[in-house]
Amino acid sequence: MKFTLSWLKSHLETDATLDQIVEALTDLGLEVEGVEDRGARLAEFTIGYVASAEKHPDADRLRVCQVNTDEGQKQIICGAPNAREGITVVVAKPGVYVPGIDTTIGIGKIRGIESFGMMASEKELELSDEHDGIIELPSGTVGDRFVDWLAAHDPAKIDPVIEIAITPNRPDALGVRGVARDLAARGLGKMKPRDVDPVPASFKPEMTVHIDEDTLDGNPLFCGRLIKGVKNGPSPDWMQDLIRAIGLRPINFLVDVTNFFTYDLNRPLHVFDADKVHGNLRVHRAVGGEELVALDGKTYAFQPGQMVISDENGPESIAGIMGGEDTGCTDETVNVFVESAYWDPVQIAYAGRALKINSDARYRFERGVDPAFTPEGLEHAVRMIVDQAGGEASEMIVAGAVPDTRRAYQLQPARVRSLVGMEISESEQRQTLTALGFRLEGDMAHVPSWRPDVQGEADLVEEVARIASLTKLEGKPLPRMAGIPKAVMTPMQRREQMARRTSAALGYNECVTYSFIDRTSAALFGGGDDATMLENPISQDMSHMRPALLPGLLQAAARNQARGFMDMALFEVGPAFHGGEPEEQHLLVSGLLIGRTGQKDVHGASRAVDLFDVKADAEAVLSAMGAPAKVQIMRGAEEWWHPGRHGKICLGPKKVLGVFGELHPKVLDAMDVKGPAMAFTLWPGEIPMPRKSGASRGAMQVSDLQPVERDFAFVVDAEVAALDLVNAAAGADKALIKDVRVFDEFIGGSLGDGKKSLAITVRLEPSDATLTDKEIDTVADKVVAKVTKATGGVLRG
Amino acid sequence: MDDLRDKYLGLIAGAADEAGLEDLRVQAVGKKGEISLKMRELGKMTPEERQTAGPALNALKDEINSALAAKKAGLADAALDERLRTEWLDVTLPGRGRGQGTLHPIAQVTEEVTAIFAELGFSVAEGPRIDTDWYNFDALNIPGHHPARAEMDTFYMHRAEGDNRPPHVLRTHTSPVQIRSMEKMGAPMRIICPGGVYRADYDQTHTPMFHQVEGLAIDKDLSMANLKWVLEEFVKAFFEVDGGVELRFRASHFPFTEPSAEVDIRCSWEDGTVKVGEGDDWLEILGSGMVHPKVLQAGGIDPTEWQGFAFGMGIDRIAMLKYGIPDLRAFFDSDLRWLRHYGFSALDVPTLHGGLSR
Repeated sequence: MKFTLSWLKSHLETDATLDQIVEALTDLGLEVEGVEDRGARLAEFTIGYVASAEKHPDADRLRVCQVNTDEGQKQIICGAPNAREGITVVVAKPGVYVPGIDTTIGIGKIRGIESFGMMASEKELELSDEHDGIIELPSGTVGDRFVDWLAAHDPAKIDPVIEIAITPNRPDALGVRGVARDLAARGLGKMKPRDVDPVPASFKPEMTVHIDEDTLDGNPLFCGRLIKGVKNGPSPDWMQDLIRAIGLRPINFLVDVTNFFTYDLNRPLHVFDADKVHGNLRVHRAVGGEELVALDGKTYAFQPGQMVISDENGPESIAGIMGGEDTGCTDETVNVFVESAYWDPVQIAYAGRALKINSDARYRFERGVDPAFTPEGLEHAVRMIVDQAGGEASEMIVAGAVPDTRRAYQLQPARVRSLVGMEISESEQRQTLTALGFRLEGDMAHVPSWRPDVQGEADLVEEVARIASLTKLEGKPLPRMAGIPKAVMTPMQRREQMARRTSAALGYNECVTYSFIDRTSAALFGGGDDATMLENPISQDMSHMRPALLPGLLQAAARNQARGFMDMALFEVGPAFHGGEPEEQHLLVSGLLIGRTGQKDVHGASRAVDLFDVKADAEAVLSAMGAPAKVQIMRGAEEWWHPGRHGKICLGPKKVLGVFGELHPKVLDAMDVKGPAMAFTLWPGEIPMPRKSGASRGAMQVSDLQPVERDFAFVVDAEVAALDLVNAAAGADKALIKDVRVFDEFIGGSLGDGKKSLAITVRLEPSDATLTDKEIDTVADKVVAKVTKATGGVLRG
Repeated sequence: MDDLRDKYLGLIAGAADEAGLEDLRVQAVGKKGEISLKMRELGKMTPEERQTAGPALNALKDEINSALAAKKAGLADAALDERLRTEWLDVTLPGRGRGQGTLHPIAQVTEEVTAIFAELGFSVAEGPRIDTDWYNFDALNIPGHHPARAEMDTFYMHRAEGDNRPPHVLRTHTSPVQIRSMEKMGAPMRIICPGGVYRADYDQTHTPMFHQVEGLAIDKDLSMANLKWVLEEFVKAFFEVDGGVELRFRASHFPFTEPSAEVDIRCSWEDGTVKVGEGDDWLEILGSGMVHPKVLQAGGIDPTEWQGFAFGMGIDRIAMLKYGIPDLRAFFDSDLRWLRHYGFSALDVPTLHGGLSR
């Protein structure tokens, strides 16, 4: 919402400075987004006097002028027809930027003769569209700044333009008068009266307006007056200046009047060229499919139920949103029908959204225009039209009636203290509400018709506090909970934190990638179905909710590889989506390792990353999240893993805590990642919650007796899992055997195809007495027997 | 006997290595060594002779053994010195590297915010990213026709043919968690709800996903003055600026609060860098207000009995302000250089007792 300072002052009598006004507006909740000082861009133009003007020897239409300026007499070549001796002009000297032609003036030669500047037209200074000649000033001293002359003689031209953001609850502030009312209530001035002197009716109009019964809820009131014999054309300068200042384009007087009152009093109007309207007007609901070419030149098709204004020929206006081109007013219009109607905000909002029209009328009607002001707004417009363009006005046509918006709420002065925490006297509260247009009867505050947002007692409090200024609010300590605050994070939130910090400690860099990815990438990871599809993605790259974190991390990896970074460890902790319902979201932790363990180094420590890196990392992160140490490693995870190089970390066949492994080369290929790539994905929610057993660790069991380690090497079939062998060995004597570790794997060679050797260390920790050789041999025999039974392995000779 | 002493002490002193020393030992004090042989001769002497020669020989033997031991230690030291001389390393070579990981600023700042509000008794609540339009809009007093719905650039989920429910949305703010938490916890309550939110907007300063933290406190007699104090304390603690940060409360409007206020912090802009707590400019950092009675009702809380305040701010935004991160879009680009530069160490856990940031 834009307006000029003098426009505001046409409603508000005030001595306040621009700065004070701007500060107050923002504080009142009418946030100032910008103040345009229109004088600033004209600051360098000065006043000159044309001492002589002679025809250019080589060009009939150019004149060589000697112009008196603050820097002495300058020669300026000018092509304007009115460039002549004895006029006072506006000079742009070399180096001055001219906004209207987006050019900085230089010294130039025009047909062989030097020119030291330019004399400007109004259009070149963006003061108007006038470009028939250069500006001729009726007064002015050579060398004075033009902007100072304007300030003294035509201030509207450089009036500061204030732009404010209006929150959706304040339609009343969509008119300059509403803005003035807030400032007056704040104490920044006094409202100027704006009473209308209605134009007396000269005749009974021949046309009628009818609102269909089923449309009255959307259009309770329609007023109009026919004016015959107007002389349309360009608006007077003051109006053109205002309309231009707020970023609109003057069209013709009748149209400009509607725009003026839209902004001045938040009263959108529409003008029909009465000679183009056939028969009577009817406000009704569209059957569906009717079409109309609107004032923006575009054709719109109505959906069933949308409100339309039609004449005998069919639709002529999109009710409350935009008029039709056929019946629009042009310079030639002599008979005009002025419409002032009230449209239901909800219906306008839905229709505007469906038709995708953003007009000033829709914007205002969907927020709420003052319904009671409908007839008076019309009178204002008719008065202005007749005064300026002449003509005779008809009686007012009124269809429907002013909707009843009367309501009152109890003013409880103590609520300001209890809800806001400010001390404001009852009399000041009443005074504030009165200044805003509320009518107080006892303790009941009657809401003015222009404030649809006020719907309860809390709104009265809000108004009082807002006008008093929240800046004055003093903070008051929030009562503390008794004692030391308890921990506030849930076990899952702790897991999330531990997963993050452990991954980072392991060398991974945390990423936060978008929750939506392209369908192809989603499909590679089991997603991409319609349930997880966005209806209105901002691009095809972000069309589906991610089924996993890995596709986003792989895309990140591809981007980093493209930048020349080939070694990386990335991780993310965040939600993934297995459906489109709120509960179909689950937390994941994923890590991705690509390239080498580090940069090539003098110690030769760097090597290509492999599956056992991610396995160790996955186990470390799981352990940090509280997963039990004893897990099963199974195969058969999803198809985006390398079929032979991955493992599922499980507690039983159905309880999968995580997967680690190498990603399938085809997936990497599809995602433009140079592999191989190792990854893990963990499901923190699958880790069983620990049983509440207090913080105690239990007693430490250690023995002073010497432990014994014995090594064994078994030849087994190549596909025997090491873990099975280890478990078998560990089961040989659960009391004595504390640990079994694989320390060597040897495949092929003298063992032959399909065989491998696994070497293990078995650690025995006696608890009663030092082990004898015999006892050790007995356990060793049991280990061999168990392993052989479980894996078919034989002791390597 | 002095000859013998001088001879061996000289030879020991001149021994070149341990082997030579061992030969000397055998030669002098070994079983058949010169001094041992002399000691054997003691038996043939007269008691008088023995009385002087015995102790002298013993003393000589001890002296030679000591000299041997001292020389042996000296030789070992020399040998060690010699070995160490050859074990020189170029210590300017780099140490064996260990990968350094980082936490994303969003995670770190979320923990910072959590630490501050935990101190004030706010617990951490969460809710789904895909939510119903009721939780995201209606329950927050934003009915279907409300202009705020159109202004929020909402992402909608696809609806299957025949499913005539209103489409779910990607939550446009963390406020739906207010309602879900009210339903779950009831009054009184104090919560913050951090998390990702979505709006269909992408340009220099907007990304389609960003992060917010919502705060909500409900009790019998909380007022906007309490809200202001909480925010003042939060901003002071979060930005860790000496002398505090001045706040400005401006009247505003949100459908879910009444009265509503936007909150600015004092700052300065220099060369595109913002400094919090000084200067003449104001920067909007959050929206807040007293919870609208309709919102309490939607959450199943009786507005005639309870009242409270709520606020919401951008986590990414306050992270940018505090840590001088210029571009929001880079948060989600996963550029390793950015992650390493703006990321946080794993052990940098923000606490109030240790300080939020280094």
